[in-house]
Amino acid sequence: MRTMSTWMFALVACVVAAAVFFFVPFIGKILGWGDYIYIASYTVLQYVVLATAWNILGGYTGYVNFGSAAFFAVGTYTTVFFHKLYPLPIPILVVLAAVVGGLIGLGMGYLTLRLRGAFFSIATLAMAVVLQTLIVNWDFVGGSRGAYVIRPASIVLFDSYIQYLFVIMLALVVIAVTVARTIERSALGYGFAAIRDDELAAEASGVPTLKLKLIATALSGAFMGMAGAPFPYFIGFLQPSGVFGLEYAVNSIAMPIIGGTATWIGPLVGAILLGTLQQVATVTISSAVNVLMVGLLLVFFVIVAPNGLVGVVQNLFRKKPGAPS
Amino acid sequence: MSAPILEVSGLGKRFGGFVALENIDLKVAPGERLGLIGPNGSGKSTLVNCICGTLINDTGTVQFNDRDLKGLITHERTRLGMARSFQLPRPFFSMTIADNIRVPLLYTLNAHRSEEQIAARCNELLGLVGLAGKATQFPRDLTQVDMRKLELARAMAVEPKLLIADEAMAGLSGSEVTDIVNLLITLNERGITVILIEHIMSAVMQFSQRLVVLVSGKKIADGAPDIVIRDPEVERAYLGQ
Repeated sequence: MRTMSTWMFALVACVVAAAVFFFVPFIGKILGWGDYIYIASYTVLQYVVLATAWNILGGYTGYVNFGSAAFFAVGTYTTVFFHKLYPLPIPILVVLAAVVGGLIGLGMGYLTLRLRGAFFSIATLAMAVVLQTLIVNWDFVGGSRGAYVIRPASIVLFDSYIQYLFVIMLALVVIAVTVARTIERSALGYGFAAIRDDELAAEASGVPTLKLKLIATALSGAFMGMAGAPFPYFIGFLQPSGVFGLEYAVNSIAMPIIGGTATWIGPLVGAILLGTLQQVATVTISSAVNVLMVGLLLVFFVIVAPNGLVGVVQNLFRKKPGAPS
Repeated sequence: MSAPILEVSGLGKRFGGFVALENIDLKVAPGERLGLIGPNGSGKSTLVNCICGTLINDTGTVQFNDRDLKGLITHERTRLGMARSFQLPRPFFSMTIADNIRVPLLYTLNAHRSEEQIAARCNELLGLVGLAGKATQFPRDLTQVDMRKLELARAMAVEPKLLIADEAMAGLSGSEVTDIVNLLITLNERGITVILIEHIMSAVMQFSQRLVVLVSGKKIADGAPDIVIRDPEVERAYLGQ
């Protein structure tokens, strides 16, 4: 498992994704949710991409980004912008959103990465406010009124449009998780971890810290943008206050922390668990309970299991210190 | 003296109104073992930080292998062959001992190394400092002296021409100090120029071929160790009048 190559992993991820694709409609039938299962699953998968993207910067290099919602919004508004010009297929919009998100990540990194710790986090929060103000005042994409994006009634090859969106998000999950895992095992991953542990010592070991941090912000921003690209077609009516909402910023941080930030598995597990829990709570209790639940779980994990679920499992299997290796 | 590997001239550094270093000149010959001493707050670590690029000197120049280092940041200087260990060990705490060494191995040599070469070099370095049996442990499980050894092994992994050991022995017991001094002499015998910054005089005297003394940001002595420590000015700086 540890030595599985990237291509092998990608193949396994595709097989798992295919299994999910065939499995999900059955759960929908059992629960009597019908097509709603795709809406719920799409939301969970979207959080897997967001959490994985956040973790590239926040987990691997230790720079906590509070502005995830802004990158997500950049992705959605890239779609709105191009939709107004000429409706493009969603996969192309995803690529465009990745480019815009990556560039904004790069810009944000360049402006803020000389700051460390809480100062960096506050700067990302400020950047989110600046971007939201820009969008609110940009009439072409709807401004504060919001924007309607009418999705086509049907799409070739798929039963319904929502199923199509679900498959796209499933593909993004495969890409994001494979990239995150590849980074983790590469020289880049070692450089990121060195930055997280001790930036001065990393520099003294020959790690070009600023360059690596810029790569991390750009990659993280690109994946968050990708996660946002299909969203206007999913939601139909887009409001700045919605896509810049607290729940995206908070979930992007909470999910990796609950799962565990050191590996690619953490955000995946955290997002699936928390995301599913939120969907179930939305249907059974109320959508307002979500945020409360996330808050409580976050506090619980930060205190009881700071290394997340992955950390808990690792501790169970770890050899006692001093035992021969 | 052959062409110096490190040449510091007219170096000055201020922190606001406080002059930390003033007009420092220092030449180090290839293969030399230089001791750098001075009371607390005399500017030793500031000088190291200016040489390594952690701090930027206000005046003067630093030349390494006849190359002016102005404008080069720390990792670029590291890649030219200048390594340092930190006064307080700064290991990468989330990584195993072996992975701590792997980071500089991955980032310093331009030529791509295969996984086998990296693993081999890693074992070799850990063997050199006597940590081979602890490769899979984490830094938090190490003793203070092993932490210092890890610090030196990590510095060695950048294949340095010059190693600056900033108080590599602070807080160690007598036999542990001897361990580290012998290790540094071994490294020097392999052709690495070493600058040792230290308070433990027995270690400095045992190690150094030449001694430089800093007091209040100025260089007050530079020469053979046994002559330098009998210099009245040096005695005054350490013992008072």
